[in-house]
Amino acid sequence: MTASSKIRGKVFVLGDNIDTDQIIPAEYLNLVPTIAEEYEKLGSYALIGLPDGHARFVPEGGTKSPFPIVLAGRNFGCGSSREHAPIALGAAGGKAVVAESYARIFFRNCVATGELYPVETPVRLVDEFQTGDEAEIDLDENAITNLRTGTRFELNALGDARPVIDAGGLFAYARETGMIPRSA
Amino acid sequence: MPMTMTEKILARASGRTEVAPGDNVWVNVDTLMTHDVCGPGTIGIFKREFGKNARVWDPEKVVIIPDHYIFTSDDKCHRNVDILREFVREQGIPNYYDVGTKDYKGVCHVALAQEGHTRPGEVLFGTDSHTCMAGAFNQFATGIGNTDAAFILGTGKLLVKVPPTMRFDFDGEFPPYVMAKDVILHIIGDIGVAGGTYKAMEFGGDAIKRLTMEERMTVCNMVIEGGGKNGVIDADETTFEYVRARTQKAFEPVVADAGAAHVFAKRYDASTIEPTVARPHSPDNKARARELGDVRVTRAYIGSCTGGKITDFINAAEVMRGRRVAVDTFLVPATTEIAEGLRTETVGGETLHAIFEAAGCKLSADASCAACLGGPKDTFGRINGPEVCISTTNRNFPGRMGSKEGQVYLASPYTVAASAVTGRITDPRELLQ
Repeated sequence: MTASSKIRGKVFVLGDNIDTDQIIPAEYLNLVPTIAEEYEKLGSYALIGLPDGHARFVPEGGTKSPFPIVLAGRNFGCGSSREHAPIALGAAGGKAVVAESYARIFFRNCVATGELYPVETPVRLVDEFQTGDEAEIDLDENAITNLRTGTRFELNALGDARPVIDAGGLFAYARETGMIPRSA
Repeated sequence: MPMTMTEKILARASGRTEVAPGDNVWVNVDTLMTHDVCGPGTIGIFKREFGKNARVWDPEKVVIIPDHYIFTSDDKCHRNVDILREFVREQGIPNYYDVGTKDYKGVCHVALAQEGHTRPGEVLFGTDSHTCMAGAFNQFATGIGNTDAAFILGTGKLLVKVPPTMRFDFDGEFPPYVMAKDVILHIIGDIGVAGGTYKAMEFGGDAIKRLTMEERMTVCNMVIEGGGKNGVIDADETTFEYVRARTQKAFEPVVADAGAAHVFAKRYDASTIEPTVARPHSPDNKARARELGDVRVTRAYIGSCTGGKITDFINAAEVMRGRRVAVDTFLVPATTEIAEGLRTETVGGETLHAIFEAAGCKLSADASCAACLGGPKDTFGRINGPEVCISTTNRNFPGRMGSKEGQVYLASPYTVAASAVTGRITDPRELLQ
């Protein structure tokens, strides 16, 4: 798979310590991500655990999110090791998360599944964007631009994680690079 | 270079004489554990990537423990256990603890230990973030996702970055009313929920050495709530006695080298630790129990890997004996062995079961994760409305135990039992003699 270096679309803004129970509450963990219709279903529940009154990531009754970019503060994805978390965001149409820092297992699961680019920002961006703003991430230039305000912010490089996600995850990357045989 | 315990385990598992923090190394896995929530997805990836007829790298090293959604009428949950059952049969995996049979155990992290799968010096991965609990046995143990687990199923290896080590020493003796839960909540309050991210958290000092295995497990269980990759404690006679009673397998503990480098070190005077509570909605929202006496609770919960072990119930019974609970109090033994223990262990000549019944607790006969993580709507003890719950579990994120309207306070079994009796958050010193 060749991946574009640019991700453009509306941003969904969140705060600090967004945990995996808010990303995909445990009552939906009966869904198995490798079963196609249950993968879709996980997407429909992405971020349904946010406090009541918070804007919805996926419109009620829908399966896809109008927000390809999630913007958050510190320690995004803390809590459980459930791979359902990056999968739910990816299944809903999420392409990238931009956060100040990540919980370790969530970051690793993003890379292993290839569902989402977990990009780090060296500065706090949650006050520089509003939910619904158009933005563009350039993974080659390591930058995000708020197209409403025209302001551009530097991001940290993804380094070795990027080609793994570009390829579509750990197994696809390992096949592409000859680490494991092409067909099982 | 002198190495920490974590570095020594990872060096051995990767066939090197030395590793340093930041090194990326392929480690050979001693045990891979999965359960009913992440097992089916892991198996799906394994089949997709390694082929329909693929074999796991070593059936003896795979341990499958259904524990999350067992006592529910949800069809998908039953389907998921069927997927595990079929895979175990097909692959000839001996270490499977099937639902509805005498082999059923309950909460995976406690069952792993009770069944002898946690051994000093080894490497354990599990598809559950609280896999770090096994660090209490001087292991490298950490949680992973389905994709990494599927990779291990096929190859027996995983790429790991060697974490730098944080060291926490507790000198002297903990007061008798202080439990391991207070200790780890205190530490998480100090370092914050991301204070240990990417790091190993090593615990030592005289006060830690005096802890039982169950209490050491509580400390290591919650390193993930501080963001930690793994927790680890020295192996000693307490460890050896527990492990040797449960497995014939040989093991080789590790001891940190003198002068090993730590990225962070803190010494505590154990006698200064007080009953500690994490307020909603974060495990680092620390307060002293005695500061929260005005907080009314509507229910109490004792259970989970962290807080549903036999010692946890013994401690709760010490507080509840001869008293009645003032609010709904749900008790869930972590494993079937613990459920049996409630009928055999005694405090003051009465069984725990009798003490809890007389106190008016709601006691589940079924060992499982239950309401620690909410789960299906019909889960025992699940929060389904604006409840204020004090709980021995490990997480209090919004909606963690069910309804988003719920508020969860995390505390030790002593503090939870005392609060259940009074109906408000209560420092156990008020009730303990």
